[in-house]
Amino acid sequence: MSAPGSSFAGKAAIVGIGQTEFSRHAGRTELQLACEAVTAALDDAGLTPGDVDGLVSYTVDPVEETELVRSVGIAEVAYSSRIPYGGGGSMGVLLHAASAVASGAAEVVVAYRAIRARSGATRFGGAKVAPSPTSGHSGTTAMQWCMPFGVLTPASWMALNSTRYMHEFGVRSEDIGRAVVQLRAYALTNPAAWGYQRPMTLEDHQASRWIVEPCIHLLDCCQETDGSVAVVITSRERADDLPQLPVAIGAAAGAGLFEQEIATDHYRGDLSVMEGSVALARRLFGSFGFDREDIDVAMIYDAFSPILLMQLEALGFCGPGEAKDFVAEGNLGPDGSLPCNTNGGLIGEGYIHGLNLVLEGTRQLRGTAVNQIPGARTVLVTASRTGAILSTR
Amino acid sequence: MTAADVSSAAVPPPRRPAPLLTDDNAFFWEAADEGRLVVQRCQGCGRLRHPPRPMCPDCLSLEFEVVPLSGRGSLYSYAILHHPRHPAFDYPLIAALVDLEEGIRLVSNLSGVEAADIEIGMELEVGFAATENGGAVPVFRPVGAGQLGGAS
Repeated sequence: MSAPGSSFAGKAAIVGIGQTEFSRHAGRTELQLACEAVTAALDDAGLTPGDVDGLVSYTVDPVEETELVRSVGIAEVAYSSRIPYGGGGSMGVLLHAASAVASGAAEVVVAYRAIRARSGATRFGGAKVAPSPTSGHSGTTAMQWCMPFGVLTPASWMALNSTRYMHEFGVRSEDIGRAVVQLRAYALTNPAAWGYQRPMTLEDHQASRWIVEPCIHLLDCCQETDGSVAVVITSRERADDLPQLPVAIGAAAGAGLFEQEIATDHYRGDLSVMEGSVALARRLFGSFGFDREDIDVAMIYDAFSPILLMQLEALGFCGPGEAKDFVAEGNLGPDGSLPCNTNGGLIGEGYIHGLNLVLEGTRQLRGTAVNQIPGARTVLVTASRTGAILSTR
Repeated sequence: MTAADVSSAAVPPPRRPAPLLTDDNAFFWEAADEGRLVVQRCQGCGRLRHPPRPMCPDCLSLEFEVVPLSGRGSLYSYAILHHPRHPAFDYPLIAALVDLEEGIRLVSNLSGVEAADIEIGMELEVGFAATENGGAVPVFRPVGAGQLGGAS
């Protein structure tokens, strides 16, 4: 296979990040939340809306781009894109933005997500009967085959895979709970996090009620959150003239496989392995010049804790079935071999549909994270089938 | 009180939501309404495929026939759903992935077994559960477990 990223790798950088507060009741629209995060990110970058000529987002986006443009005051959009696959596509904004910048299609690209997962018209994790057999490009097309059987929530869809994973490798709920304990330990010191100053033990995890048995207790679930985050990307050259330490997009890739779905991923042969993430890792660690040993911090999409363990295996940080031991040995902690989701992740900090993981990765490389990993220079950000490697090397 | 009133008081009407029909999937659900479990078979190469789709991903043929399945298979995975609850179902509700002996996998429900007795790999057979619109969808029970009960 030819080098998939050689033409854009390292040519674009994250130069600004911004966010609103994360809460359970924002009290304002997703559009307003997006406006606040986008302008905060531009302020951070030392840029203005007049500098923006690219907007990238991913599906299940409640914000209409035209409304954002007319609210923030962007004069002319040269490049727009929506990555399919919902949260599984969240890291794809980095691939699209870097490609756009490197190709010259746009010079300053903003990626954003605003969400009212808790207080919106429907709770994100709620039990809903789909009104349509299509999924709005979220990649959850097979929900139509789940609906008549009451399999109506992201937790229930993913649980079918998680149960098989646990069965295949002898994984117990407490093995998964140990990862949650680590995420919550990180969240404990993060003032932006839902888990800020909320200690949680493995006993608490085991005592929390079942959402889906035998794999998802209440405390295995991410926090349905209201809020918004935004990221500003421009060329590596322009980044040198801006105030923040440039965080280069050193690698970016996507990988979706035949018969793979997002969440309702029930039709591949072996559901105990997240094969899309295996393919993603093959690309990210293929030709961009990064090895797994280079990763100082990993930010991995943890909508539900079982998929964190499954992705650790699929991305190749441990072998199949070994994540439970990898976690128990403390590798995800600040002194471990792979500090992971150091903001608390989507479980501990909040669920801004994945993109808040990019902000934490950027803070780690700037040296401004609450739970700063000393000397972090290379960060992996992934969400199932999309991912990137951020670097200040 | 009429006979119809007595009947509706004794047996609550089914609440299970009806599937969403499209031109691509209607053959599957319409067969289920008649108590038959079927699958697409490519007329170009004979491949069975589910969920249905208009083109065979192997030989790219658009021609297919609808053939019956045995309705027997094994439990590939399951999930006992506790929360959140939808008013159309009784909880805990057992979701199942069933690998049919013809090599087709279905999402369905499992009944006729206590949660503690569920075992991945257990042999299952199909039955049909009523939907709110008077149709039916395929659901599964352990082989020899007797009749399916209720809406779940």
